[in-house]
Amino acid sequence: MSFMPVILWSDALVFLLLAAGISGAWYVRRREHLLLPWRRVAQSATAMVSLAVLSLFFAVGLLDTLHYRVALPEKNGSASVYSPEVLSVFDKLVTPLRTQTEKTYSAPLAVTLHAKESISDAQGRVLRDYPRLRYGGAHLADVSQRDGDVLWRGFKGAMGGLVVGVLIAGITSLLRMQNLDGNNPPQSPLVRGNARTPPLTRGGWEGLAHLKKYIDSNYALIIAFIIIAALIGATASLASVYHVLGTDKVGQDVLYLSLKSIRTGLIIGTVTTLVTLPLALLLGIAAGYLRGWVDDVIQYVYTVLSSIPSVLLIAAAVLMMQVTIDTHPEWFDTAASRADLRLVFLCLILGMTSWTGLCRLLRGETLKLREQEYILAAQAFGVSTLGILARHIVPNVMHIILIALVMDFSALVLAEAVLSYVGVGVDPSMISFGTMINAARLEMGREPMVWWALAAAFGFMLALVLAANLFADAVRDAFDPRLNRSEGTA
Amino acid sequence: MMNNILDVSSLVTQLRNGARIVDDISFSIKAGETFALLGESGCGKSMTALSLLRLLPDGVVNAGGTAQLDGVNLFDLRERDMRNVRGGTAAMIFQEPALSLNPVMTVGQQIAEVLTLHQGLRGAAAQRRSVDLLDQVGIPDAARRMMEYPFQLSGGMKQRVMIAMALAGQPKLLIADEPTTALDVTIQAQVLQLLRDTQAASGMSLLLITHDLGVVAEMAHQVGVMYAGQIVEQASRAQLFARPLHPYTQKLFAALPGAMRRNQPLTAIPGNVPPLGSITQGCRFTPRCDRAWALCSEQTPGWTVLDGGRGVRCHLYQERGARSEDREKTPSPPTPLPQAGEGSSILDPRSSILEVSDLKVHFPIRKGILQRVVGQVKAVDGVSLEIPQGHTLALVGESGCGKTTLGKALLQLIPPTAGSVKFDGHELTGLAARELRTRRAAMQMVFQDPYASLNSKMRVAEVLEEGMAALNIGSNSKARQARLDILLDQVGLERTAKWRYPHEFSGGQRQRIAIARALAVSPRLLICDEPTSALDVSVQAQILNLLKSLQRELNLSYLFITHNLAVVEYIAHEVCVMYLGRIVERGTAEEVLRSPKHPYTRALLSAVPRIDGSGVERIKLEGDLPSPANPPQGCHFAPRCAHAGESCRAGYPPATSHSATHTVQCFLYGPDLN
Repeated sequence: MSFMPVILWSDALVFLLLAAGISGAWYVRRREHLLLPWRRVAQSATAMVSLAVLSLFFAVGLLDTLHYRVALPEKNGSASVYSPEVLSVFDKLVTPLRTQTEKTYSAPLAVTLHAKESISDAQGRVLRDYPRLRYGGAHLADVSQRDGDVLWRGFKGAMGGLVVGVLIAGITSLLRMQNLDGNNPPQSPLVRGNARTPPLTRGGWEGLAHLKKYIDSNYALIIAFIIIAALIGATASLASVYHVLGTDKVGQDVLYLSLKSIRTGLIIGTVTTLVTLPLALLLGIAAGYLRGWVDDVIQYVYTVLSSIPSVLLIAAAVLMMQVTIDTHPEWFDTAASRADLRLVFLCLILGMTSWTGLCRLLRGETLKLREQEYILAAQAFGVSTLGILARHIVPNVMHIILIALVMDFSALVLAEAVLSYVGVGVDPSMISFGTMINAARLEMGREPMVWWALAAAFGFMLALVLAANLFADAVRDAFDPRLNRSEGTA
Repeated sequence: MMNNILDVSSLVTQLRNGARIVDDISFSIKAGETFALLGESGCGKSMTALSLLRLLPDGVVNAGGTAQLDGVNLFDLRERDMRNVRGGTAAMIFQEPALSLNPVMTVGQQIAEVLTLHQGLRGAAAQRRSVDLLDQVGIPDAARRMMEYPFQLSGGMKQRVMIAMALAGQPKLLIADEPTTALDVTIQAQVLQLLRDTQAASGMSLLLITHDLGVVAEMAHQVGVMYAGQIVEQASRAQLFARPLHPYTQKLFAALPGAMRRNQPLTAIPGNVPPLGSITQGCRFTPRCDRAWALCSEQTPGWTVLDGGRGVRCHLYQERGARSEDREKTPSPPTPLPQAGEGSSILDPRSSILEVSDLKVHFPIRKGILQRVVGQVKAVDGVSLEIPQGHTLALVGESGCGKTTLGKALLQLIPPTAGSVKFDGHELTGLAARELRTRRAAMQMVFQDPYASLNSKMRVAEVLEEGMAALNIGSNSKARQARLDILLDQVGLERTAKWRYPHEFSGGQRQRIAIARALAVSPRLLICDEPTSALDVSVQAQILNLLKSLQRELNLSYLFITHNLAVVEYIAHEVCVMYLGRIVERGTAEEVLRSPKHPYTRALLSAVPRIDGSGVERIKLEGDLPSPANPPQGCHFAPRCAHAGESCRAGYPPATSHSATHTVQCFLYGPDLN
């Protein structure tokens, strides 16, 4: 075998989350009342556009999660020897970005380095000039051709992306329209669609009119999709010969670094919930339902925990862990797995310090729910406490959990950046927004300024967090019973 | 001739999608008169009032019609001028007094705000006027109350303050939206009296919105009956109560429970009020009307004016009046029911399935850093009662008297402080959870609010199965499914209902599901905690009929907790009247309701608005229910009692028997007085 799949700890946790997400979606799909709020989310244009952006980030993150090690040509007896470097499918896809490193800083789309160096020319004279890059714009004979070439390549790529985007949008629209029409369940009272024949089987004009109606109703999503497609096209076309976002101190492509950072941010934002959720849910509803000393103890714990400055707590825990990792190098067969363990522990520590807010919310909601008459009815049947918690309390606080999770996601992504900047975040060898910012901050004072690394981290994080926040807002609105009272009791 | 204060014509209010909430309503109110809008929930009464004041919520728009208030067309006014009308010419009071006062402003400040806006009074003048107003609405010690915050006032007092605020602008029209629905009967009687008195003194007109025929009978001069957004009948009170014309009005009267109907099922109106805009053609009552014929569903009936100035929207009374004469027969009275326990009204105490003696539920009041117990809220304080098999015991009392706590304590949902609860000869208090579980099946509860009592995340089948699973009833899921079908048949729901979620059902249907859930474990005693108070009259009749027929079929016993005396008259065999945690009078329904002995029972009975107008002499009850944390010395009722003497304040009266079943705890009947 020419490669060996590697499953790091964080990969396993991501797969676990993915499985949970898919089975959750499957469960919700078959239950009309659970599906209802998601339908409201689907009706919001903002939500769908931000979801499209988010899923782009998620796609990159997921591709970056499938890790493997390639086999080296030399053999150790019959067993293959694998490279110590752990690569991901994403790395493979963008190999040129990863491998084409320059000497040091270069500006976005530049063909020369950022600073002058002494170069000896063919005649052996030594000149002070900007040396040409090894890869960026290497196909150009002359530096002055750059602007025209950039414009032409950008335009060509954007057009290509546009065509592909329009094609995909058109085909999915047609398919979805077919599906919607075909699957109209007549027995469901909540779906008020009249049974229509699929448009493709009808006359051309009628079908076209129908298609136009569909496109009108999903206008924002389709436009956003096409713009994103064009943007990706342009970037891809340029990235093959230039460093679109420049290079950093050791000549790595900043675009590659930004894309790799996405996985770190996503893992911090999602895997942390694996820790917070059980703690907050279990303790929150236990405190709210059981009251008495259980409530006292749990309240005491989370009050104390939230009084400790969390940065201090995190710093202490991370340093302790770092020492442990450093004293046991034999635990790790690759550098990647060591960095990864530190990432997982960071999630764990962040989780341990951030469950209190959700726990407090859930306790309050449970206090309200336990007085509800259906709980009394269950008590009158002698249903066990666990049964009441599982059947009556948990399903009725699910909307709060969901809202809290999507809202917390963006806060956690930002927290990672801050912690890595302070130096207690992820492993310095791990690419993340925080380490990018940390590395770039020193260069802000250089003359001429090196701004692109910071700008790239800023731009990518803004896009990710803004999309997450907009989506979270839409989810909160869709799940808030106060905003949707009229529908629920119809 | 009196002129009209308010003229509404062809008022239409609709949702943005075109569904009409209020559809072509016209009425007028004369100066000094009360016009009552009567109807069930969801028929557009409140929306009519809000349209008039232009206070419609988002998504609801006024789509036509005119409203002249004191000669001014309300719908042509600019918003700035409209503000002078609101609170000035026309004031409004709302249903829930607790929510309509701002909790962070004193009562005086809130009244002064209105005075400054509409009368231009400030400072000391506003203060004096506020005190006058509070005096006028019968708040004792008005000068001190001015400085208090709403949380320091009781519900009745808050509604009085609301009325004082409304009166502050000296309105010509007062719109009262269900002003007494959230209040107890004795407080309701006080507030209605106050409204009548102020009307007599100030000559203002009153637009009264209510669902209660009794309140209409007491208050209204003119009545408009609303159904699904339309006024279906309009008449003077005398005309309406003497001979209701529209089939809907007739049914509303017939659906009222009462002593006269004891032995027959109530005439329930089948079905529910149709959803907004679902009926566009024909009469909206057709699907529920038993006198409808082909024309009713084809053609929308017009407004027919009859002699005496009354009008009705029904095909029965249009041009073909002559033909309709023979149709206008009163519906044949339903056939009497065979009664279960009625024949043997002498109670056999040995057959009691529930015996409660001296039950006490006290909640400790903790204060201070060390959380020391500084007092006890005596929610239930020494209650004894028995319920025979197949009988109904009604527990009557105002809110806060401890009736619900008693119900929960019987089920051991709240641990009793002292006393014993014996079910079928077995003591329930102090049992371990596991032993208690084996006895749970025999005693179940039906709750007040059908919306809060079903978990909206579970399907009906899961709701019903929960109890069976917890108590191991039915060997396997197949047996349980068969039992579910029987249950749904029993409570009158379709079998397919079990695959649906609670939100797809109306209030009455949800209450049926709640009853089926309790029945699922084959109980012998049902504790019904105000099971019909959240329902409309016509739906209440359906549920009462269901409960009665279930009692007959299954020989169930009921403990019926309620404040609605009409329901008690209809359903109960025996009655216990509860006041501040203790039972003050008990006896058969006949004895307690026909010849009440305790002054509290008498006051309670006289406070109930009666539709026949046969006014029992009204006994005014001053003040509110005292706090159970600090009950008055001696007889708890003494401070509010007109007959209280020295001995009443000294000690709690012993029980006095008037017959084998009728006992009263009052010194008026003590041996020393006889």
